[in-house]
Amino acid sequence: MELQDLYREVILDHNKRPRNFGRLDPHDALANGHNPLCGDRLTITLNLDGQRIDDVKFEGNGCAISVASASMMTEAIKGKERSEVNALFDKVHALLTQQDAPADDLGKLAALSGVREFPARVKCASLCWHTLNAALADADNASPISTE
Amino acid sequence: MTTLAYDVAAIRADFPILSRTVNGKPLAYLDSAASSQRPRAVLEAVEYYETNLHSNVHRGVHTLSQLATDAFEGARDRVRRYLNAASTREVVFTRGATEGINLVAQAWGRSHLQRGDEILISAMEHHANIVPWQLISETTGAKLVVVPINDRGELDFEAYLTLLSSRTKLVAMTHVSNALGTVLPIARIVAEARARGITTLVDGAQAIAHEAVDVQALGCDFYVFSGHKLYAPTGTGVLYGREALLNAMPPWQGGGDMIRTVSFEKSTWNELPYKFEAGTPNISGVIGLAAAMDYVESLGLDHIAAHERSLLTEATAAISAIPGIRIHGTAEHKAGVLSFTLEGVHPHDLGTILDHEGVAIRAGHHCAMPLMDLLGVPATARASFGCYSTLAEVRQLINAVQKAREVFA
Repeated sequence: MELQDLYREVILDHNKRPRNFGRLDPHDALANGHNPLCGDRLTITLNLDGQRIDDVKFEGNGCAISVASASMMTEAIKGKERSEVNALFDKVHALLTQQDAPADDLGKLAALSGVREFPARVKCASLCWHTLNAALADADNASPISTE
Repeated sequence: MTTLAYDVAAIRADFPILSRTVNGKPLAYLDSAASSQRPRAVLEAVEYYETNLHSNVHRGVHTLSQLATDAFEGARDRVRRYLNAASTREVVFTRGATEGINLVAQAWGRSHLQRGDEILISAMEHHANIVPWQLISETTGAKLVVVPINDRGELDFEAYLTLLSSRTKLVAMTHVSNALGTVLPIARIVAEARARGITTLVDGAQAIAHEAVDVQALGCDFYVFSGHKLYAPTGTGVLYGREALLNAMPPWQGGGDMIRTVSFEKSTWNELPYKFEAGTPNISGVIGLAAAMDYVESLGLDHIAAHERSLLTEATAAISAIPGIRIHGTAEHKAGVLSFTLEGVHPHDLGTILDHEGVAIRAGHHCAMPLMDLLGVPATARASFGCYSTLAEVRQLINAVQKAREVFA
């Protein structure tokens, strides 16, 4: 277990210069995430085009792992169908918690594989994904119920 | 510097866990404010009890029951002497400081608080001295009033005097801040409240291992602490309460041991302190607590305090020299707690990197979220010292903080 495995270049870079940082206004959905253990807080706003994530932003403060994870997540999901996002969530979750989880098709997100060696930090990396799920649920609740 | 009489190497040899390594590095345990480690004397007292004396207490006529009861009540008298309480009837065993405060909030609060009454706390309380009062305020209509602190993390004493009023029914304050290390002028705080006939509770969780506490000299009505911050097992704690107040309070929890008679129509309560000790207590833990008090007094609380003060001075100077460091809590009177943030590095990342270097600190909000809001930070890193802490550990901490700066450069 080495520090470089956790704090990889790409993670340090996304922590320093988070992508898609800010708030979409107006937005189709919003959710707040909070990790009371370490005080990490983030807010995700997103706009949908049907089942596709048209745009997404996040803001808040937290440790390098949570900020970088949120930043990389927004990059990875923008323009994707919700079914693809769900599949990605499962892969990232496996990456963070299972020793032998494959990381080959995860792109930049694969940099998070070192987190599983630091169990206390897994929640930092997964906070943004849980918040994203809450935002998508918010979108479902907000959308008018179709009778068609 | 430490006095020659204080042999920290010999003290460390009393604590088996301190010789272990973490992540391939010597352990530098700088998290005693969260929980201290146990000396062999405590471990052996617990083991001796479990091996030779154990049975339930206050029940049964057999030999072991009597031996266990004698050991348990002997421990109570040990605590009485440690606190200089007038009587063992004033020493109630709890699971910890948190349970002690909840006991007072429920048993005293329910019978004494009314709508419009005020409970005065400080802005640097642990959640354990905030939330129990919020809970009882919801049911009684009482109100929580917060005494502000200054930039250094010291209580605004003038504001305290101004806030004391005929509505104030209770002053509940910490003796030492767990997040900032501030030592409050608790004797003056209690004296001002007493002069106005206001009941006082002191949260001694952070003070009990670092300075001698004499509850009669202090004059407080309630004093609570946890055993595990005093080198004793977890799940032990003490509520000291003035006998007249405890007598006037209804029981808190019902069950075995706390009753005199029970019928399906009505029960009557046992005498003090058993009225507040429902169910089988943490017997071996309490015996460990008594052994911890013997141990601490054998070292001398004054010597421990002087040693920790010198470490705090050294650590404060060394860490202040690192660019980007901000120390939170610069009170004139501080216990061995150093709370800090490093610019550009979140405390949680700092905690992970320090752990990788074998240095155990607390990174977080220290169960003091309102205080973190006041400081304008989500969290801080906190190094804290115990009787066994060394200058070498302070250096290990400083080097690890430098390493964190490099990682995040």
